[in-house]
Amino acid sequence: MSMNTQGRPTSPESVSMSSIETVSGSRGLLQHEDLLFEIGTSETTGVDLPAPKGTKNRLGGVTRKVPTGLPGLSEPQAVRHYMRLSQKNYAIDLGLFPLGSCTMKHNPRLNEKMARLPGFGDIHPLQPQATVQGALELIDELATWLKTLTNMPAVAMSPKAGAHGEFCGMMAIRQALIARGEVETRKRVLVPESAHGTNPATAVQCGFIVDEIKANKRGRVDMADLKAKLEKSDDIAGIMLTNPNTCGLFETDIKEIADLIHAAGGYFYCDGANFNAIVGRVRPGDLGVDAMHINLHKTFSTPHGGGGPGSGPTVLSEALAPYAPVPFVVKDADGMYRLVEDIEGVASESFGRMVAFHGQMGMFVRALTYILSHGADGLKQASEDAVLNANYIQARLKKVMTAPFEGYCMHEALFSDAFTAEGIETIDIAKALIDEGYHPMTMYFPLVVHGAMLIEPTESESKAELDRFCDALESIARRAAQGDEALKGAPYLAPMRRLDETKAARKPVLKWAEPEEAPPVAAE
Amino acid sequence: MRYLPLTADDRAEMLNTIGAKSVDDFYADVPESARLHGSVEGLTDHQGELAVERHMSKLAAKNRAASSGPFFVGAGAYKHHVPATVDMIIQRSEFLTTYTPYQPEIAQGTLQTLFEFQTQVAALTAMDVANASMYDGSTACAEAAVMATRATRRKKVILSGGLHPHYAAATKLLCEAQGIEVVQLEHAIDGELALADAVDDQTACVIGQSPNTFGTVSDLSPVAEAAHGKGALLVSVFTEAVSLGLVTPPGEMGADIAVGEGQSIGNGLNFGGPYVGLFACTQKLVRQMPGRLCGETTDAEGKRGFVLTLSTREQHIRRDKATSNICTNSGLCALAFTAHMTLLGGKGLEQMAVLNHEAACDLADALAAVPGVEILTPRFFNEFAFRTPMNAEAVLAMLDEAGIVGGVRASRLFPGDHMGDVILCAATECTTPEDIAAYAAALKEII
Repeated sequence: MSMNTQGRPTSPESVSMSSIETVSGSRGLLQHEDLLFEIGTSETTGVDLPAPKGTKNRLGGVTRKVPTGLPGLSEPQAVRHYMRLSQKNYAIDLGLFPLGSCTMKHNPRLNEKMARLPGFGDIHPLQPQATVQGALELIDELATWLKTLTNMPAVAMSPKAGAHGEFCGMMAIRQALIARGEVETRKRVLVPESAHGTNPATAVQCGFIVDEIKANKRGRVDMADLKAKLEKSDDIAGIMLTNPNTCGLFETDIKEIADLIHAAGGYFYCDGANFNAIVGRVRPGDLGVDAMHINLHKTFSTPHGGGGPGSGPTVLSEALAPYAPVPFVVKDADGMYRLVEDIEGVASESFGRMVAFHGQMGMFVRALTYILSHGADGLKQASEDAVLNANYIQARLKKVMTAPFEGYCMHEALFSDAFTAEGIETIDIAKALIDEGYHPMTMYFPLVVHGAMLIEPTESESKAELDRFCDALESIARRAAQGDEALKGAPYLAPMRRLDETKAARKPVLKWAEPEEAPPVAAE
Repeated sequence: MRYLPLTADDRAEMLNTIGAKSVDDFYADVPESARLHGSVEGLTDHQGELAVERHMSKLAAKNRAASSGPFFVGAGAYKHHVPATVDMIIQRSEFLTTYTPYQPEIAQGTLQTLFEFQTQVAALTAMDVANASMYDGSTACAEAAVMATRATRRKKVILSGGLHPHYAAATKLLCEAQGIEVVQLEHAIDGELALADAVDDQTACVIGQSPNTFGTVSDLSPVAEAAHGKGALLVSVFTEAVSLGLVTPPGEMGADIAVGEGQSIGNGLNFGGPYVGLFACTQKLVRQMPGRLCGETTDAEGKRGFVLTLSTREQHIRRDKATSNICTNSGLCALAFTAHMTLLGGKGLEQMAVLNHEAACDLADALAAVPGVEILTPRFFNEFAFRTPMNAEAVLAMLDEAGIVGGVRASRLFPGDHMGDVILCAATECTTPEDIAAYAAALKEII
């Protein structure tokens, strides 16, 4: 054993223990953390407020009878609580996060800094418009770039997320049908079976009926099935189609699809979740699209935040633009920006208001910062790198995994579970990736491929990162092909082992409750 | 470009591995007529941080920040102080740059905070269960209306005269698309209890708000009783979450569904978004809820953990039969809410609520002393309506010249309701006695 002059050992000895239990529940840097309700007290607070005067009450007796009883934490306790919890999360800032269709790209910190400028973060949606001219100008500027990038004449900025944007586009279609006097007869919306679940859910939310269309052997819309569905066309409201689609493929017949739908008297809603593959190379307006939402939290990298907030501005064609929701920003002749909030004048045909106030301003600031930082060359390069990275993954892994469709992909590579041995499933491969230090890919989606694994690396990864990821997944795939039973137990190295979702749903525990008092223990 | 790690050599090598000549090969399916040749029209090439920061700062400088002077705007969004710790927590990479917790083994941080959030929201509203958040209060209100029609199998919804007009509009839009009848009661400063007379045996739910848009606080218990007597539900709405520390919460009034805006706790004004919708209901209705729910379970070794649950309600499983189309919600804003709430604790929130109420009382007293001003709201928490002898828009413009953002003209929210001389204003713990004195003095000058 080597020692320093204090007598302290300075090189490790090789002693191995197969499993180590700790008294604290923590494991080295990974700290155990109980629920807030188990560590806080109702007497504790982490906020110092002045004492109330206790002199006035104009509540008329409409006062709370039972206190909330919620515990508080002092500031150091609160900081540790959330810091410890944060370390149980995987994040894009830690490593590759290849969730297909979700676009987990780098979130530039400049965007966060800009959103926190008091001139953006500390302004009220209803303060006089003369005092928020810069905010309205920013919305107008972002709107201009979204219209330019899509070659569409109008954009509704207020939708709060992608699914809310779908609602916006489909309501515009509904309003157009009302104007045509056909809303009662045109009820059918065609939706490919590979679509995001939000598409059929949105169509129904807008009062339409969903009619599913099949995919062909190349993973695209089956044109024969589409044409058959359009034979009777006087009840067609439109189609909801994702492009690039959820298999990560560009819809080859997209223009013919648009023409067929328009000839049938319907509208073309494009789910823009995958717009990030084509920004700067393809403009959806040139494909015959009538409406498309843009997920600012995907394509323009406003952070996902563990499930939102999102933002879903929705571009509209000439045919749908008059029906755009209020509010929207206009620039008057005197150079002043103004919010059109009422359904009159230029907004007299608007389908209405979707939400309080004017949209996700905080996300607009981030998205505009992203667009200006990237510029025309950067946006195009980002799309191309995202597509190149996905094709690289596809090329490297198709030797050991099953690529269900021939040819190149766009921004995400899709595999089926056909290569796995009996008894090994997609979820086992996903959980084994966790042990390798990666967030799993999207699994079991799209539904058109058995045991689907959808991998979206984004443009944020270096070649070295991609190679490390491919090495790991390749090794797991080989074990899956050989039927390695150990995969069924993965993950072994994560903060938790596999969680029991069935148990959670059977008797849902959706909030903390004071544990039932234990029976008194007899004194010795 | 600083955000793109691939080098030219990497790209060439990767193309070689793939067997493609150039990236153009990957775009071969794009119809020739739809290929964009050349650059994005009018957009410069990439810029460094400094150049972008200059541009954005110029835009920001054209706006008057709420903290820059006396500020009295409420009506659905509120200027509160957010502890520095909250912004630090939501900027932790592990929270900021992660996804919806679909892989619970590596998302316990997000899941545990959501479980705590749900518990806090349920306690604040005095309801049985809460979900993991909605986009905002207005869309939560719309979803509550539709949920009530599912639960009761009825097709009529009645909105109170004090419901925030934006909430009413969002609710009407979602309902009308689905063939649900919406009845809007006449706008009234103190009209929430009129819901009790309006409810009939066709009604799925009545929607009342306390404090309402004019600031009026109401005990909706008689409304709940009348609604339940007709087999209808009470949806109780709030736009000011801080009020829950002091004002009778939905659960104590017999509400079946409670929805509201959570911005006031942990979240800045942000010109209207992102905010966080709070959604709670009775145990009986839990399977009709929209949105994500986080639940407790155990892992393979029996350790307690949390997962997203009851997902058979949701669009990614149920598709066209889902309870809602909502997917992404307001995760990070919910984190800000729960972190601020954790710092406050129940007693801290109560104290903050009392400070808000006292500031509003002081403001009302000061304004009432100005000749010509009439306070219209009979009972209020931290905001109220008052009448001026002049056009409200002109008054607000003159206040603005004096450096005071005095509130919202009621006619902006209620056009056509002959409220041209009414101003809605709010005070919070951020409002100082000097702010109030300046407001009263300026108003005295003007009218």
